[in-house]
Amino acid sequence: MKPVFMTYTKKDLINLAVCMFLSVLIIPTFITTEYWYTSILIPWLCLALATIGQQIVMGYTGQLALGAAGFMAAGAFAMFNLILRVPDLGFVGSLIVSGLIAAAFGILFGLPSLKVRGIYLMVATLASQFFIIWMIDKFGWFKNYDSSGIITAQDIVIMGKPFTTPLAMYFVCLAVTTVLTLLAMNMARGSTGRNWMAVRDMDIAAESMGVSLLRTKVQAFAISAFYCGVAGALFAFCYLKSLEPVAFDIKLSFKILFMCILGGLGTINGAFIGAAFILLFPVLLNAIGNNVFHGAIDATIISSIEQVIFGGLMIIFMIYEPLGMAKLWENLKVSLKSKLSSSGTKSLKSSAQKSE
Amino acid sequence: MAYERKFKIGKPILEVNNISLSFGGVKAITDTSFNVLEHEVRAIIGPNGAGKSSMLNCINGIYKPQQGTVSFRGQQIPNITPNIMAQMGLSRTFQNLALFKRMSVLDNILVGRKLHTKTNFLEVALQLPKVKKEEKLNRERSEEIISFLEIEDIKDTPVGKLPYGLQKKVELGRALATDSTIILLDEPMAGMNVEEKRDMCRFILKVNDELGTTMVLIEHDMGVVMDISDRVVVLDYGKVIGDGTPDEVRSNQKVIDAYLGVEH
Repeated sequence: MKPVFMTYTKKDLINLAVCMFLSVLIIPTFITTEYWYTSILIPWLCLALATIGQQIVMGYTGQLALGAAGFMAAGAFAMFNLILRVPDLGFVGSLIVSGLIAAAFGILFGLPSLKVRGIYLMVATLASQFFIIWMIDKFGWFKNYDSSGIITAQDIVIMGKPFTTPLAMYFVCLAVTTVLTLLAMNMARGSTGRNWMAVRDMDIAAESMGVSLLRTKVQAFAISAFYCGVAGALFAFCYLKSLEPVAFDIKLSFKILFMCILGGLGTINGAFIGAAFILLFPVLLNAIGNNVFHGAIDATIISSIEQVIFGGLMIIFMIYEPLGMAKLWENLKVSLKSKLSSSGTKSLKSSAQKSE
Repeated sequence: MAYERKFKIGKPILEVNNISLSFGGVKAITDTSFNVLEHEVRAIIGPNGAGKSSMLNCINGIYKPQQGTVSFRGQQIPNITPNIMAQMGLSRTFQNLALFKRMSVLDNILVGRKLHTKTNFLEVALQLPKVKKEEKLNRERSEEIISFLEIEDIKDTPVGKLPYGLQKKVELGRALATDSTIILLDEPMAGMNVEEKRDMCRFILKVNDELGTTMVLIEHDMGVVMDISDRVVVLDYGKVIGDGTPDEVRSNQKVIDAYLGVEH
């Protein structure tokens, strides 16, 4: 019989090697300006991680949830308090526990998914967004009774070594994101992911196959919130370097939702593509505004144009390519491959046979 | 039937006792009882709206009947849900196809292996050796089913893109993957052409013969039903009007009036 078990193909391993090579060797060697790390790469990794969380609950399990930023806030403030009050835990330990605390909120706010679905669930999950932010604002304990409203995040210290330069923080984010992405891929491709997708595609059939809707949905919400929580902690400690509830408002939730949809629902690499697009697009627009129009266009107009284009893109993607940019990327690779092989060999037939 | 069966028809495995189901004021099923014997092929027939699908939905726990009980292996099941029935070894297919459309054929069938998957999400995330071992076993079983149903060439295709007849096959495959002792088939041959129907009959009989799986099927095509089933129960307006071997049912006057009589 043919070999039947292979979660990872050779191609996946090559992809992973290329990504690691680029992110560990090439980027630190060639990018030396701090701006790239502090304003683009670090938030990109953090938001991509949060988007993976959103993917798990929305792209894989099909539960329309909106409140990623709420869980991020829970993770960020849990991290602050853990480092402050339980210093023995260390950075990595605190990060994991912050994720778990966010996951507890995820379970709590995932429970409505058993009764309501679609747009109603979206409204129900909005509660998490508002409740968590309200709770942090209301009880001074979470902010260590700081009256200014903005707390400075503690320095990152791992095994006695400080990680305070942008490059060091980039590596912290990269390490956490890489590990969690691999774990997410394992789940998505394994039996866990199949249960999620079964619930997404046809819940009654899934139940008839012995998939418990309660367990699967709550599990997806918990894992999703864990990812968002860890992402929120990194976002606060490596990117913002401060903690304020306002940073995790509904706008951020929507941003993550857009990243998820534009990147491609139900894909892990889509999370990275979507996050990169949403982060880089305003930068690109600004650059065009400054260099092509030499500042003739007001910055507020540029940011309005940005909103218009995002909105338009969302509609276009929803209609023409619901699987998002990850799918476009796949299609591009396939067409490039067929073009390369057809120009390389004389007959098209042989290449078609090969690709089959 | 002349041939020697490997699995002799045994004692009642599933008993439906006095089930009544109504939606608001509309009575779908009234005081219906029948049983299914171990290893047999049992058909439920009846005109449109006779309550056949509702009956399956009651057995499987999707509908909660107002009255009556369902017993499995002589044991009455108090609070039926699809999940509990699946765990007891009862699997099913659906009338209007309930496949996981965006997943591949193989993945659909692998979901059927859910109850044979004991590892939790954390173990899956970490890809522990026992996860790999279990996944390998599940995949091997799924591949077996795929080659049994002769659908090897489409195993990586998303099911949503397949024609109807093949989707019905995949759904049977998913039910088979559970290794259930009893499978309910809701119109497995609806919308198929003659050839596909013959194929489906062959698979149903083969499963019953080789694995001893008890089959309960709803079907419209009278010819098919009479050929492949051991016993037939006829429903009309939610009531049993005939129950017995195909020959008995065929000669039952009530059945002829209600159902066969209107056949052209």
